[in-house]
Amino acid sequence: MRFGHHDPEHEFDPTAPLLATGNLRRRHLTSRVIQGLAVAAAVAAVAVLVIVVWAVVSHGAKAISWDFITKPAPEGVGPNLVGTAVIVALATLMAMPFGVLIALFLSEYAGPRSTRPVQLILDVMNGLPSIIVAVFVFALLVANGGGQAGWKAALALAIIMVPLIARGTQEVLRLVPGHQREAADALGVARWRSVLSIILPAALPGIITATLLSVARAAGETAPVLLISSLAPGDAFSVNPLHELPNVPVRIFQLSEEANPEGFTEAWGLSLILIAIILALGLGSRALLNRSKRKMTR
Amino acid sequence: MTDIDDLADIDREELEEPLAMNGRGHEEGSSAPRRIRLRTEPLPGVIGPPAATESAAESHLHIAPEAVFEAQAVSIFYGKKQALIDVDMRIRRGQVTALIGPSGCGKTTFLRSLNRMNDSVPSFRIEGSIRYHGHDIYGSNVDTVEVRRRIGMVFQKPNPFPKSIFDNIAWAPRNLGMRQGLQERVEKALRGAALWDEVKDRLKDSALGLSGGQQQRLCIARAIAIEPDVLLLDEPASALDPIATGAIEDLIHSLKGRFTIVIVTHNMQQAARVADRTAFFSLETRGEKPIGTLIEFDETEKIFGSPRDPRTRDYVTGRFG
Amino acid sequence: MRSPVTVDQARNNTVNRRTSTRLKYVDQVGDRLLLCCCALGALLAGVVLVLIAKEIFEGAQPAFAKYGLSFITSHEWAPPLEKFGGEGVIIGTLIASAMALLIGGPVAIAIGIFLALLAPTGVRNVISPLVEMLAAIPSVILGFWGLLILGPVLVSTIEPFLHDNFGFIPLFGEPQTTGASVFNAGLILTIMVIPIIASVSRDLFMAVPRELQDGASALGSTRWEVIRGGVLPTTASGMIAACLLGLGRALGGAIAVSQVIGGGTESHISLFRNGGTMASIIALQFPSAVSALHTSSLYYLAGLLLVIGVTANLLASWVGYRFGSAGGAMR
Repeated sequence: MRFGHHDPEHEFDPTAPLLATGNLRRRHLTSRVIQGLAVAAAVAAVAVLVIVVWAVVSHGAKAISWDFITKPAPEGVGPNLVGTAVIVALATLMAMPFGVLIALFLSEYAGPRSTRPVQLILDVMNGLPSIIVAVFVFALLVANGGGQAGWKAALALAIIMVPLIARGTQEVLRLVPGHQREAADALGVARWRSVLSIILPAALPGIITATLLSVARAAGETAPVLLISSLAPGDAFSVNPLHELPNVPVRIFQLSEEANPEGFTEAWGLSLILIAIILALGLGSRALLNRSKRKMTR
Repeated sequence: MTDIDDLADIDREELEEPLAMNGRGHEEGSSAPRRIRLRTEPLPGVIGPPAATESAAESHLHIAPEAVFEAQAVSIFYGKKQALIDVDMRIRRGQVTALIGPSGCGKTTFLRSLNRMNDSVPSFRIEGSIRYHGHDIYGSNVDTVEVRRRIGMVFQKPNPFPKSIFDNIAWAPRNLGMRQGLQERVEKALRGAALWDEVKDRLKDSALGLSGGQQQRLCIARAIAIEPDVLLLDEPASALDPIATGAIEDLIHSLKGRFTIVIVTHNMQQAARVADRTAFFSLETRGEKPIGTLIEFDETEKIFGSPRDPRTRDYVTGRFG
Repeated sequence: MRSPVTVDQARNNTVNRRTSTRLKYVDQVGDRLLLCCCALGALLAGVVLVLIAKEIFEGAQPAFAKYGLSFITSHEWAPPLEKFGGEGVIIGTLIASAMALLIGGPVAIAIGIFLALLAPTGVRNVISPLVEMLAAIPSVILGFWGLLILGPVLVSTIEPFLHDNFGFIPLFGEPQTTGASVFNAGLILTIMVIPIIASVSRDLFMAVPRELQDGASALGSTRWEVIRGGVLPTTASGMIAACLLGLGRALGGAIAVSQVIGGGTESHISLFRNGGTMASIIALQFPSAVSALHTSSLYYLAGLLLVIGVTANLLASWVGYRFGSAGGAMR
């Protein structure tokens, strides 16, 4: 059974106890070390998360109070919260129909030749740095006397949100069982009817989930709003999207650029509120997704 | 049962015959003994220990055909579901043992338990004991990597690495530190798997470009390149066309004697062609659920010619499917 | 001879035919309309991309006309003097992004290995969302934390250590006192890049078929050898695509970087000094640009950023498509 030459180093006695022979001890050590490194990497990532969140919570908690949330500057940041809510709501209104329509196009209508370019467009849109989107909307609408406005910032955010909503919707549309579509076709039901009354309702939880997640992303986006809706001082409530609106991420940014320690406290407080909202959106969407997945695979 | 029967089973000439390398009859050095080590303690049941001072050439006359595997009262569970019940079996060195039976009767489960490949299934549980050369495979200090180094396995679907043909074969030897004579080792492994002539000019090509039958022979070559003690084959030809299947069967014939081989097959004719001993598994309903059971285990001619158990007879004569 | 039909039956037949014809008409219109809306949506997305390129390149036109490609290699950026050279921020971008990928890439792949191949299911279901949560932290908060908390720690521990022991390498220059440095920015970018590379890697590894790993295990290999010999080669191209995606994220990190990097535009390669990246300089100076040439130069930088970012993205898509490694994982 020897292959060629005598190889005493690698012969083994099959009847020996089943313990490591040859170089196996060393290989086990290498394997364990590397596995340890992988565990360490994961632990490090979670540790960073905990450290950052803990810093926000511990520094921001002291700023939080009822006044802080509801009053305008200088006591609170109420207008900023309202402003962000208005801008994000507008952005969602703009982005959601487009995201869903594009996803519908890809899943129901696109042939093999049109799928790739549209998918590519979505991927590129998804990877656009938000500063680029900000500069674009600025150039298009704000420069040359256009002026800042809440809705323009919402438009920039919508551009960022559309690929996220489209991608999430695509995934859910894919999950809708093929036989439902086939049944509708066999009954002679028009495409548009089956889409509106069967497919979309089945995919709705997933679409909402994708929307919530993109809202969470948009709420924290600073660059677009920095360029397009940053001039409002936050000392008065404003919901008029035709003018600039005070908002949360820009305020945090401005406070971080000033060297004022009191401002820092306000920034920590704002950060805490922002993270809390994002966390809530994330958890809520995940719960929604799990519930709908369970229903669909039943 | 004493092992005098076992002694009688050994063919003296078989021991002294030089080992054939492949169908072309390229032969080893004539005095190369099989890899049997002198034991200082006797195996249970063996009559008298071989004297330590005997020369290697004389000593093999006294050595009993060891049981490579001894399974005692083996029952296997996946969570609450029981897949196998109470299997007792002894697998002998140098022989080809076939496990046959209808699908779902636990033969693959049993095979994979022989080299602890079932460990990766989370709900796997085993009762009873499987001994390999006397050592409990599921013992507490057992190194599973070592187990798999000694007991190799070829799977139903060919699963070559996305590497060149050469690197596929050379990968495991390199891990084991066998850097010298690697070229030779790869060539011998490919010859042993009856693949050398077809690939010798394209060793650097990707293994994924080979046909299904060639990929499977590559996997066999990969397994024998590290010279394991045992080869477990899990339905190696079931994913292949008839011509490739024939090549695999010839291959098993040529490997017989150099390795202890256990092969699972749902193809009875294949078992009849290649195996020395055959084990027939089937599903028996105990209580509510059917559980895999070892019905009969004997020499292949007996199983197919004059089976003792009516269930065996039904199966091998095709009375049920 | 046809069978006679009553008047009522005749009237019903006509009505039914009219209703069903109208229904068919409505259906056809509805189908057409929906198709048009969907196609329009897709088209609009493409139009937006084209518009973005147009606006940015148009805005950059004056600066490009004045400097041409030498903009990339000239290193004086002085708005009051109307002198703009992009080399400083380009180098800053390269260094910070390289740092993010060199540190974050292997760490993220290790996390992917842990989650996909080593961790039991329960652990994976807890740690995976936590790693993804790291990506959910808004960059402005991350930058704020980096400025106030990470910066001082770096200045008092790592930076002096590296400078004292390895200061002969020009990378490890004299630390500053403010805590704002290219090094800080690189670390923040690393944190931002890790979740995306880790998630994609994890999905890639989980898609590797069980049989391949079994085949390697059955040859008597340790866990790491199975990963190294079976899993990693199969997913190599996917991991490259994942890192390209991470690169895109690193290039675009404008806000967080601008908070911790100090806003300098000088051309240097010391990690521990102030610096700037293309994205961060745009974020910092765009709202308050002092002249038309200033703005145009910033557009020029934006154009460069757009080209590099989109190229990285397209490369990632191409690699994923071409080598097919779990292309779905990239979405």
